Amino acid sequence: MLRFGPVLAIALLTGPIFCGLIAVVLPAFGYLPAIGGHEFSLQPFADLFARPGLLRSCLISLGSGLITTAISLSVVALFIAGWSGTRTFTRLQHVISPLLSVPHAAAAFGLAFLIAPSGWLVRLVSPELTGITRPPDVLIPNDPYGLSLTLGLVVKEIPFLMLVALAALPQVQPRRSTYVASSLGYGKTAGFLFAVWPRIYRQIRLAVYAVISYASSVVDVAIILGPERPSSLAVRLVGWMDDPDLALRFEASAGALLQLGVTLATLVIWFGLERLAGWIMRTQVIAGRRFSKDAPVRALGLGLSSLAAFSVFAGLFILALWSVAGFWAFPDALPQALALKSWQRSLPSIGGPFQTTIVIGVVATLLAVAITLICLERESRIGRDGGSRALLLVYIPLIVPQASFLFGLQFFFLTIGLDASYVGLVLVHLIFVLPYVFLSLSDPWRAFDPRYANLARSLGSSENRIFWRIRLPILLRAILAAAAVGFAVSIGQYLPTILIGAGRLPTITTEAVALASGGDRRVIGVYAFVQMVLPFLGFLIAVIVPAILFRNRRNLWASS
Amino acid sequence: MNRTVRQFAIAATTALSLAAFSTSSALAENPDPANWDGVKEQARGQTVYWNAWGGSTRINDYIKWVGDTVSSRYGVKLEHVKLDDTAKAVATVVAEKTAGKDEGGRIDLIWINGENFAAMKRQNLLFAPGWADKLPNWALVDVENKPTITTDFTIATDGLESPWGGAKLVFFHDSNRTKELPDSIAGLLEWAKKYPGRFSYPAPPDFIGSTFLKQALSELIDDPKKLLQPVDESRFEADVAPLLAYLDDLHPLMWRKGQAFPKNYPDMRRKLADNELDIVFAFNPGEASSAIANQELPDSVRSFTFSGGTLGNTHFVAIPYNASAKAGALIVANFLLSPEAQARKQDPNFWGDPTVLNVTKLSADDRKTFEAIDLGIATLPPEKLGPMLPEPHPTWMASLEKVWLRRFGVAN
Repeated sequence: MLRFGPVLAIALLTGPIFCGLIAVVLPAFGYLPAIGGHEFSLQPFADLFARPGLLRSCLISLGSGLITTAISLSVVALFIAGWSGTRTFTRLQHVISPLLSVPHAAAAFGLAFLIAPSGWLVRLVSPELTGITRPPDVLIPNDPYGLSLTLGLVVKEIPFLMLVALAALPQVQPRRSTYVASSLGYGKTAGFLFAVWPRIYRQIRLAVYAVISYASSVVDVAIILGPERPSSLAVRLVGWMDDPDLALRFEASAGALLQLGVTLATLVIWFGLERLAGWIMRTQVIAGRRFSKDAPVRALGLGLSSLAAFSVFAGLFILALWSVAGFWAFPDALPQALALKSWQRSLPSIGGPFQTTIVIGVVATLLAVAITLICLERESRIGRDGGSRALLLVYIPLIVPQASFLFGLQFFFLTIGLDASYVGLVLVHLIFVLPYVFLSLSDPWRAFDPRYANLARSLGSSENRIFWRIRLPILLRAILAAAAVGFAVSIGQYLPTILIGAGRLPTITTEAVALASGGDRRVIGVYAFVQMVLPFLGFLIAVIVPAILFRNRRNLWASS
Repeated sequence: MNRTVRQFAIAATTALSLAAFSTSSALAENPDPANWDGVKEQARGQTVYWNAWGGSTRINDYIKWVGDTVSSRYGVKLEHVKLDDTAKAVATVVAEKTAGKDEGGRIDLIWINGENFAAMKRQNLLFAPGWADKLPNWALVDVENKPTITTDFTIATDGLESPWGGAKLVFFHDSNRTKELPDSIAGLLEWAKKYPGRFSYPAPPDFIGSTFLKQALSELIDDPKKLLQPVDESRFEADVAPLLAYLDDLHPLMWRKGQAFPKNYPDMRRKLADNELDIVFAFNPGEASSAIANQELPDSVRSFTFSGGTLGNTHFVAIPYNASAKAGALIVANFLLSPEAQARKQDPNFWGDPTVLNVTKLSADDRKTFEAIDLGIATLPPEKLGPMLPEPHPTWMASLEKVWLRRFGVAN
């Protein structure tokens, strides 16, 4: 029974991607009999390349993918290198961790409200310091180079990479290496980067690739912050796929393959950068440079990490403020009056999407947790894990860009009648929820002390009994935390929801992003606030339930 | 061989889609609006998918109210499928027809007018002619004084669409900030030279943006009568040359130097409130008052139009020929014409869109309801709205959008 777990997981993780890619590749080369494409041809690509501004769209995608990853990873590396083991580190780590659960769209809205010429930062200093009573005529966000987009991605990817790196940190036992390095006279930052970071990087590589793929193919953040005329490739793809003129499907499929190519190109360039970084580090090591005075670099790492965290928190605060604002003229730093009117007006229409969001999120999370538990329990019983190949499988849905295969999957679901259904939506969310649940749960699960199980076995317990009575209760905290991560991932899904839901099953996220084009800021505030609070509630439950259940088992809720 | 494959594919797709989407009602006979009790009975329990522009929170709220009301009164469930461009709904029906899906379509009702209506009428994609004038509430409609109710962008409606509201292009400004106002499209350019960066319009195919292009063309073309005829391809380049030259002059003087455009009307309104724009416009004389009532604009905002006239039209709802819930759609269309729904729609607290009813035809009570509506401080009285320019033939809009996208669609 249990051995079907891994099979099911692999099928769920790779099956839809495979089907989706097939259903994109065939029409990309002109073959899709249902809409009149009977012969293979290169015409779709010819049409695609004739689109004005296509190269620029590709460059925006490629550039934002590379720069986002480079900046986020550098900030994370600098911060961990300069500050790990200090009290500042622990404190900031506690501040940054919750940011992971903030959906990308909400963070992007918050940032937009912050940095726009009519945004809060300008309001805060105007007119007192700047003398400005009119917002400056500059194009932010949606600037043509995608800098706002990159910024919006960086502030969300820093927490992600930070947590992944922190999870890898204990396994490489940094203390010993840094002691040796500092006794040899290396500065804290340099010692860590030379002696510890390469080993951490090896462990978090797949996560870094996931960031590259995400940043080079993101849709929702790009709609909110990204360039227009032309937009990034993924956003334009959605427009073509969304076009009810079915003839555009061929061209759009070719575009989906192009997206895959762009993401691959980004990865290839990244491999080059990896080499380059390695070479630079080696030359520095060989040159024997110690970088012992690294206070400015340490300050930079701390400053940038704090700035990222601050901008997300400030953005969320502004969102919340807008949701209860009355009329709020520029350049007032605060609204003239507070009112619950926006909430009262939005609540009737928010109900449906709210319910859909919860149902899809809960069901997808429960399924993901169940499948993960089956896989991990099987691992424990046969005594070995899937190794690096299994890990790669888990990462596949995070590394293959969503925009490249979801369109095909949508078509596939359409032909089997699964589009615009709860079943279809849960399935497609599961593809992305499962990897995160698995990644969150596998470490604590594998760290579980086997002596408990051995003891129970020696007392005559069956394997099932050990699972239900020993492992499950002891690991409940970790399981709930993984579930909360999964739920947060489900809440944040935009492209899968909009494609498979076919506009008929809106969620909080799709409604919020739809408001991006000119929606009332106060209503955006309401939706983004709800979007941000939902995952938070998930984490709250994950903390409270064990605390109540184990109120008289101190080691169960205080540990780990 | 190919033919067989295609037929098989179509048959398979249709069968699958029917299996997936059809309900017993989809296969039922078409409802007859003359037998209203029969319509009501058939409609009970149906779900109406209404494809309607979803860019304005206020309008979305109004549609939500309509849904709640028809659900409690007639047992008709209304789902608002929010569109950013109505052309998508048209193309969906085209695609369904191509795939042979003549029943059980995904769209039951479309908020429509102009070129989208013309396209659907031309391709026979609409439910039976004459349904609209058989609705019980049709008797209240102001057919006598509003020619745009029966002629939509020069095309006869033939009862294929039911009127929902009136529209007229009106400009807004903040009277505390902006004292000098243009009085024509040419005057707008002069104004922009004096106040650069303070005007813009949404990029087509947003319908407000396209409306601005049509207004400009109506004033700039050598002979406006040409616009009442379909586009003459051989003369098109020459006919729009003055407009393109005008836009070439105007764009560098616009917000963000014409490198970016507001996304739609609500986005322009937000920019007026943020003091990023000084003059914005909407296709609804009550829009500014409504925005003030909803605290989206300061109460110093006022309206103005051009003394030479601005575009005006009527917007409608139509039912695709292959709709799944035609009876339900009829119920909704009729409810939209009820004095209750029309009065709420005209009230700036909810929407502020002019009614299509003839208020003198209403009962004394309903008349009082209409008279009691405070049209708001920023709404011009009808006599000050200026002349109404006719909408050009629908082919102009399509050709204009195409030429605009080719010329300005990708920033340099």
